[in-house]
Amino acid sequence: MIDTAEMLKIFQQHRGDAIVVPGRGGRHWTRISTQPNRDVPLGDPAMGGHASFAFGLALARPDQKVIVFDSEGDLLMSLGILPMVAEHQPKNFYHFLLDNECYATTGGQPVPNAKNICYDVIARGAGYPLAASYDNLETFAVNIERILAQPGPVFTALKIIPEIQNDPIGKRKKWLLRSREQVIKDLQQEIGIAG
Amino acid sequence: MSQTAEAVLSPETVLGEIKKNAVSHIVWLPDSETNWLYVLMKAEPSLHVVAVSREGLAYSLAAGLSAGGKTPIILIQNTGLMESGDSLRGWALGLNIPVVLMVGYRGWTRHGITQDTAAVYTEPFLNAFRINYYLVENDADAPRISAAFDEARKTRRPVAVLVGDEYHGFH
Repeated sequence: MIDTAEMLKIFQQHRGDAIVVPGRGGRHWTRISTQPNRDVPLGDPAMGGHASFAFGLALARPDQKVIVFDSEGDLLMSLGILPMVAEHQPKNFYHFLLDNECYATTGGQPVPNAKNICYDVIARGAGYPLAASYDNLETFAVNIERILAQPGPVFTALKIIPEIQNDPIGKRKKWLLRSREQVIKDLQQEIGIAG
Repeated sequence: MSQTAEAVLSPETVLGEIKKNAVSHIVWLPDSETNWLYVLMKAEPSLHVVAVSREGLAYSLAAGLSAGGKTPIILIQNTGLMESGDSLRGWALGLNIPVVLMVGYRGWTRHGITQDTAAVYTEPFLNAFRINYYLVENDADAPRISAAFDEARKTRRPVAVLVGDEYHGFH
């Protein structure tokens, strides 16, 4: 299994100037990213929507590479996003899935059939032309440059180490450094959209 | 032509309102109210139609389009509206997305007692989320669609248009 923070450090070296929607990886990514104005850390507006938000962004800005770090709990709630993306084949869309096999933010309960789902197979079956999975950091590090060099949509599932949270939500460390409104304003300014 | 035949909402009128408000993307899930509109939308070169598989995905998708500088409209039915409450809360309201929801008002009737629970709960649902709405039943009501767009832009909130009649084919 892969350590999320270590994976994101490697990803950062290959990110280029892509827009990154870090999803639940955001609490690590906000400390690692060197281009915060091209990041869209939104916390958890409502479960299941990170990929479709990023897909919308990719459709709106075909001139920008858009990368999302989805999670398996979110994806299971919204599997229909896969054929939606596949129908449009956005060449600028890169869909990473952080699969820790559980609902980490609610105490680590397993997702349905946690250890026996091939998300890359589901993505390919839904129509993603390119889909793969990795369960160790070394193999991911060797392949990340190639993954991002291919035209989208590309789906990459990563088996990650669960980081289970049991504290009451109100006692958890806040990692969002900007309000959601500010995040979007900063992105729009960065890519030349009048807000 | 009878008065009944005149008092309908034509898909051409709705499309005209959509174009007037510079919509770039139609985010939609088919329902019986929008069948005729779909044919026109697909034929309109200025519009991108993005089909969703579940209404909850419509809000996050529209939020992404809006963040990217585009102007989406969401076309769904009231049944799906109710299914997608948390996404409406978190993505559309939570991110201050100025988007119009055109909602097929299944079961709505001005005459007699509404039998369809989809209609019974629609307006209470919107009121619970504090989303303002306009009822559109025929072409004479069409300016309310632009009013909804104006309100969404000014308030940076979702505003609903309840479509109280099925489109009756091309005129």
